[in-house]
Amino acid sequence: MAEKTPALETRKLGISFGGLKAVNDFNIKIYPGELVGLIGPNGAGKTTVFNLLTGVYAPTEGTVILDGQPLNGKKTYQFVAAGVARTFQNIRLFRNMTVIENVKAAFTKDVDYNLFHASFRTKKFWETEKKLTDKAMELLDICGLADKADVLASSLPYGRQRKLEIARALATDMKLLLLDEPAAGMNPTETAELLECINTIRKRFGVAILLIEHDMSLVMNICQRIQVIDYGQTIASGLPEEIAANPRVIAAYLGE
Amino acid sequence: MKKLGRTGQGYLLNTIIIVLLFTAAQLVTAAFGGEGSFKLVLVPSIWQCCYLMILAASLNLVLGFLGQLSLGHCGFMAVGAYTAALLSLACERAELFKDKEGVVFILVLFACVLAAGILSALIGLLVGIPALRLKGDYLAIITLGFGMIIINIINNLPFCGQDGLAQGSAAASLYKNGLGFGTKSKVEFLWAALLVTIVSVTLMFMFVRSKYGRAIRAIRDDEIAAAASGINTSYYKVLTFVYSAFFAGVAGALYSCANATLSTSSFAFTNGGILNSTFIVVMVVLGGMGSITGSVTAAVIMFFINYQIKNGSWVDSLPAAVQAVFQYPMLVYAIVLIVVIMFRPRGIFGSYEFSLINLKRELKAALERRAAAKAERKEARSNG
Repeated sequence: MAEKTPALETRKLGISFGGLKAVNDFNIKIYPGELVGLIGPNGAGKTTVFNLLTGVYAPTEGTVILDGQPLNGKKTYQFVAAGVARTFQNIRLFRNMTVIENVKAAFTKDVDYNLFHASFRTKKFWETEKKLTDKAMELLDICGLADKADVLASSLPYGRQRKLEIARALATDMKLLLLDEPAAGMNPTETAELLECINTIRKRFGVAILLIEHDMSLVMNICQRIQVIDYGQTIASGLPEEIAANPRVIAAYLGE
Repeated sequence: MKKLGRTGQGYLLNTIIIVLLFTAAQLVTAAFGGEGSFKLVLVPSIWQCCYLMILAASLNLVLGFLGQLSLGHCGFMAVGAYTAALLSLACERAELFKDKEGVVFILVLFACVLAAGILSALIGLLVGIPALRLKGDYLAIITLGFGMIIINIINNLPFCGQDGLAQGSAAASLYKNGLGFGTKSKVEFLWAALLVTIVSVTLMFMFVRSKYGRAIRAIRDDEIAAAASGINTSYYKVLTFVYSAFFAGVAGALYSCANATLSTSSFAFTNGGILNSTFIVVMVVLGGMGSITGSVTAAVIMFFINYQIKNGSWVDSLPAAVQAVFQYPMLVYAIVLIVVIMFRPRGIFGSYEFSLINLKRELKAALERRAAAKAERKEARSNG
């Protein structure tokens, strides 16, 4: 039986820092268009998993396979070129650049003019730049930031900075989007807007999304599947209802 | 004819203004070139300003746009200066040109400028690949070391001292230089200095206003996020370093045009004069990190201050205590820097770039802002 290639697959992924096994035997499969939640108590290793999936850390065991292609030993920018994009738990924008420049900077890898074109402002340069501006405006529009295109990223309010991070991630033309606590510190209205944004992205780009979140109502609402880790070990995975009823998960969160 | 967009108009306008100014400079040179303070003071000053502008702007690429502290910029300038001097000397000894005249000499001149840039860029590549793995203080130390090492290497190369090439010996000074203009040639070739400066600054400006500029500013603001946005950070860092070294080399070639004798001590870190890697850093900070306009302006300002406190006739009428301070120009630069940092912490221009076509719009916006602030204050007063 022919099975669809998963957008992301990890096999026995693990990393140790000295004697500490931060993540151990982490297996996950995400198919295109799926939204999977990754939850766990503080310090469980969720962000470490993200760092493994983006090449920030090199795994000590196992492999990350993206769209059927193993990514061992690759650097972060090569992970991005292969189709992984992410946002950060503590917002990391290019603070001294404008909103639209933040998005355009993420196009860099796909811009094919060279130093000659840039130096002499050839036709190709202008056409490419024009295309980039249009594409960037389209992405900003999806994230509701089109009216703020020319302001400095650092002057945006918190909720919109989060959205700009998502817009920037979208600009890399990814197959897998990793969102690290996108709703952290947001008020209910902002969270609702964010949900809408995430749904639009899924519909429009058909990407696979892996989401870390502490807001349980959000996770239970939008995730199709949930994987729970604690002390670097997967303790449960399945549908939201199953997870909510799983005694090991409840124990991990509330203590035994 | 195709209709030009706003940006297109801007570029056209800039080109026209530059060509006009350049022609004006040519005419002025032709009219006053022969005599007096124009020949003896102004033209040599312009030559010095030219290479300082290129130097400051090129360091700004690394310091302001890429955000990496490099303290060895004068080392690249030294490489460029010696390359140009020795290459032109070789051409002169091969009797390609005589008495700095003729078309061949002009060709040699530009070939030397280019060669100086290329060799400097190659050395920038060699230094940059290992050095840019480090950040902050560590990179500063490495580049500082590079600046010192290159001086020592040049001091010990037999063809870089005394009479140069085959007639040379290892020494701190090179007395023969194929370029080394006197005051008359400086006037005659002023156009070349201006041309090289305009082209260099324009190329650097184009660099920062393209995907390269966006990529390196992204790296400056957040390297991890830049990598996570698909930017090959090491590639762009090394590229910028090399590009910057290239123009430092070009500045060096102009330096060897302006000075008949080259001495390694004038590029050394301990040099108390205007050519000193830290001094170039001061220029960049003063003008605004991330503004080519700022670097160019600051280079002229710093040159002017340096010139005035050393040569200005008004200095004699000052109290003895102030004159004593002027004995140590570095103190004056420090005071200037402190004053600027107090009132404009991001440098004179911040990250603003001067643009003719935007000037009107910006002035209007600034006036409106000021009026709005005034109205607000007034309202606050009447309420409080």
